[in-house]
Amino acid sequence: MLKVEKLKKSFAGADGPVPVLRGVDLSLEAGHTLALTGDSGSGKSTLLHLIGGLDTADSGHILLDGTDITTMDDRARAKLRRNSIGVIFQQFNLIPSLDLAANIAFQARLAGTYDADWTDELTRRLGLADHRTKYPEQLSGGQQQRVAIGRTLAARPRLVLADEPTGNLDETSGAEVLSLMLDLVGDTGAALLVVTHSRDLASKMERQLHLRQGVIER
Amino acid sequence: MIRAGLHALLSHWWRHPFQLVTLMLGLATATALWSGVQAINAEARASYDRAARTLAGSERDILVARDGGDITLDTFVALRRAGWQVSPLIEGRVDTDAGPLNVIGIDLFTLPMDDLPEGIGTFGGSPDFVAGDGQLLVSPATQRRLADAAGLPPRVSLADMPDAVAYTDIGVAQRLLQRETFDRLVIAAPPALNAPPLSQVAPTLARRAARSGNDIARLTDSFHLNLTAFGLLSFAVGLFIVRGAIGLAFEQRRGVFRTLRALGLPARLLLGLLVAELLVLALVAGALGVALGYVIATLLLPDVAATLRGLYGAEVDGALSLRPIWWATGLAIAVLGTAVAAAGSLWKVAHLPLFAPAQPRAWARASDRAMRLQAMASAGLLAVAALLGWVGGGLVAGFVLLGALLVGAALALPMFLSVTLAAFARLSKGPLAQWFWADTRQQLPGLSLALMALLLALAANIGVGTMVNSFRATFTGWLDQRLASELYVTAPSEADAADLRAWLDPRVDAILPIRSVDATLGGAPGEIFGIADHPTYTDNWPLIEAGPDVRDRVASGEAVLINEQLARRETLWPGDTIALPGWTEATIAGVYSDYGNPTGQAMVGLSRFDALFPEAPDLRYGLRVSGDTDALARDLQAAFPGAQVTDQAAIKRLSLDVFERTFTVTAALNVLTLSVAALAILTSLLTLATMRQPQLAPVWALGLTRARLGQLELLRALLLAALTFVAALPVGLALAWVLLAVINVEAFGWRLPMQLFPRDWLWLAALSLLAAGFAALLPAIRLSRLPPNELLKVFAHER
Repeated sequence: MLKVEKLKKSFAGADGPVPVLRGVDLSLEAGHTLALTGDSGSGKSTLLHLIGGLDTADSGHILLDGTDITTMDDRARAKLRRNSIGVIFQQFNLIPSLDLAANIAFQARLAGTYDADWTDELTRRLGLADHRTKYPEQLSGGQQQRVAIGRTLAARPRLVLADEPTGNLDETSGAEVLSLMLDLVGDTGAALLVVTHSRDLASKMERQLHLRQGVIER
Repeated sequence: MIRAGLHALLSHWWRHPFQLVTLMLGLATATALWSGVQAINAEARASYDRAARTLAGSERDILVARDGGDITLDTFVALRRAGWQVSPLIEGRVDTDAGPLNVIGIDLFTLPMDDLPEGIGTFGGSPDFVAGDGQLLVSPATQRRLADAAGLPPRVSLADMPDAVAYTDIGVAQRLLQRETFDRLVIAAPPALNAPPLSQVAPTLARRAARSGNDIARLTDSFHLNLTAFGLLSFAVGLFIVRGAIGLAFEQRRGVFRTLRALGLPARLLLGLLVAELLVLALVAGALGVALGYVIATLLLPDVAATLRGLYGAEVDGALSLRPIWWATGLAIAVLGTAVAAAGSLWKVAHLPLFAPAQPRAWARASDRAMRLQAMASAGLLAVAALLGWVGGGLVAGFVLLGALLVGAALALPMFLSVTLAAFARLSKGPLAQWFWADTRQQLPGLSLALMALLLALAANIGVGTMVNSFRATFTGWLDQRLASELYVTAPSEADAADLRAWLDPRVDAILPIRSVDATLGGAPGEIFGIADHPTYTDNWPLIEAGPDVRDRVASGEAVLINEQLARRETLWPGDTIALPGWTEATIAGVYSDYGNPTGQAMVGLSRFDALFPEAPDLRYGLRVSGDTDALARDLQAAFPGAQVTDQAAIKRLSLDVFERTFTVTAALNVLTLSVAALAILTSLLTLATMRQPQLAPVWALGLTRARLGQLELLRALLLAALTFVAALPVGLALAWVLLAVINVEAFGWRLPMQLFPRDWLWLAALSLLAAGFAALLPAIRLSRLPPNELLKVFAHER
């Protein structure tokens, strides 16, 4: 359902453009999981941003269910993010002024796919049922990341992108969150692409790819 | 999608109600000060219009009795027969069961309809108006008031009529007022070509030039312009609060904006939602501000009315009426102000990089580039101000100079404070002092808007205070010189005047006639005075420019004196000539200061005056008395009950009273502006307080108590207020110079010497420290009582 072909991206540097992605190719089928590892500066997050429609590529193609998102304008990419893709950030990026329940329901409401039963089930399975009225600042880091996972999955996206989802958590919390995320994503049938430094986390995915200096190592 | 996005955005305000209150308060206060001033202006202008409409035939020349008395029917008939197109008028008060009623008697057959209030124009006249008991034409409100009044002719209610006035046929009015004469005759059209001169047909009458409501509106324009400028300044100070509150709210939500965009909210929709949010806030705060402005205007209007009456003879009602246009403009200015204050923030949102990490405190670290840009803008504005001060001319240029000076100085303030604090930091010893200076400097971006507002308020206070006090000092001295005669007396008629002079002759040192006529001077309405050759004038008259032998040349009728207003307006100085009626090239011998008078004036020797204006009434005199003035005044009043006797002290008291009331309004606006600035500091400190914890927690952990940190916060606010005052002082003095040397000259036609009042500065410095202290007290107390676990959260990375 996801196919990336010859994707290139560079950023402006002091001495001219600095290439970050030098022709990346990868694919991911629905219901499958993939880990993308690599050193700092290897281009992992940039690749994730491009697949998520958060940024635009210099060249190459990103096909989501056969539709090339690299040719989409800003409005179309916003619609894609709203309806088809869920992004889980390392920094959680919750809305601080909304309580936990509103945060979890938020993307589904935005996409117009809000399902109260499914959201309730997610909240319960994420172990957050007793914290519905709390605000993000009143939650621990692990709880906040669980809210972020709930927010993403409540909208039932076809593709879930996770950028270092356990990077801000301690080992125990990280393991719990990862386990929950894999279970829930599996239940929804979405494809999951995780960007991480952690070999341990990567090993939990069905496939692993390593990015080095903007190119996938085979 | 819209609902979810709006919910996310608005939820910020539920979680930060104080920020919402700050924003609303800032906007409401700014709108209130602006709309309050506009309400006063609108009410005054409406009063001028009403006055113009109330006075039938006010825009035409009139004939009045030279002795101030009535005009007989015979005189009127003689004039009409001689070809003079005159229409009689009579005015007076009738006491009714429902209170006093002003009755104006008109002759519909001879008075042009367009000289009458619009309502009468539409009425068009009816046979009942002149037949039988006649009719009283009144406004609907007056009609209701007079519903039960007995002894009056039938009333006809007409729309668009002034209140408390009844128009009726001249005959009916004479009957009601129990008189058989007229007050004045309106010259409805130019006399017939073969009509004999007035002096031949009616030698007891004098022609007086029209003085319409529009004249008053023109005369008072400068006063209203000054009020508007103050309203604008207050509004600008209020906008600093709004800018601060909106900027903070946007920066705090920057992460949310990114998240919303990342989750699929289109950029245009996000922008649209933010604009809608601001529009709603602006309308609500604007409505609140307009209501508050109404209260301010109600409180200030009586003083404004007294000022306008005293300075210009313009009557303004002391009561305020609610006008739809005023509500509309109040709301419009609130929306416009919000748009101006939010433009920068909205632009940033429109260009927000989508995947960059959120920087919740980025706004608190003004970049060097922004600081450089601000400094460049400041330098540019100050250069414009200097240029306008050097070569500019006209009132508009004066106000642009004022604006450029104030905004330029305000923009320069952060750099001034930054450089000063850096210098203090270099001089400081010990880690705590070094941290204090560095930390104070770090707070500047967050506090700069509030401090800029304080600078504007302080500069306005210093500037206007210096102007008022300079004016007061000069004016008092000038009054002492100008009002040299101990007593002033006005006789009721020419016949009485002759008896009066004879009675006074042995009892006083000198009788100085005060004779004047209205005339056109330099193309505008003015007055010409005849002055006696007496040391009272020559020794005391405050000349600001004089040619050689002023006294002899004026006394001999060879030259004239003109007032400063006329000299500056027409650029006429000693040696130049001016055209007077019957004297086309009168040489100017000197220019005298003439504060408080909006019109041009010329003085000629009495003998020349008599030759030029033989018909000018000779009723008023200044009396030089070396004996008991009070006793003479009593005897004079007893001998001539109809004479009006005023002593010098009473006139001075009256003049100073008018003067003081003139500045009551500006003083009140000054205080309000300073209060708004204090509010700006309070709101900035309170909103910054929550963001200060990550900066303060390490210092607390290293051993400083919360109480000590609270004290340092208080000290910081006092220090910044003190430094802002130091910066405001030269700005205020420059402002005073602009007001005295540019605005006053352009608006009123006179220039005052600038004087300095250091004691007032000390008082203002104390006041600003007090305001800053009060503003910082609450945040300081909060900090000193902050639970330790709140500070510990900083280290737990849970914030």
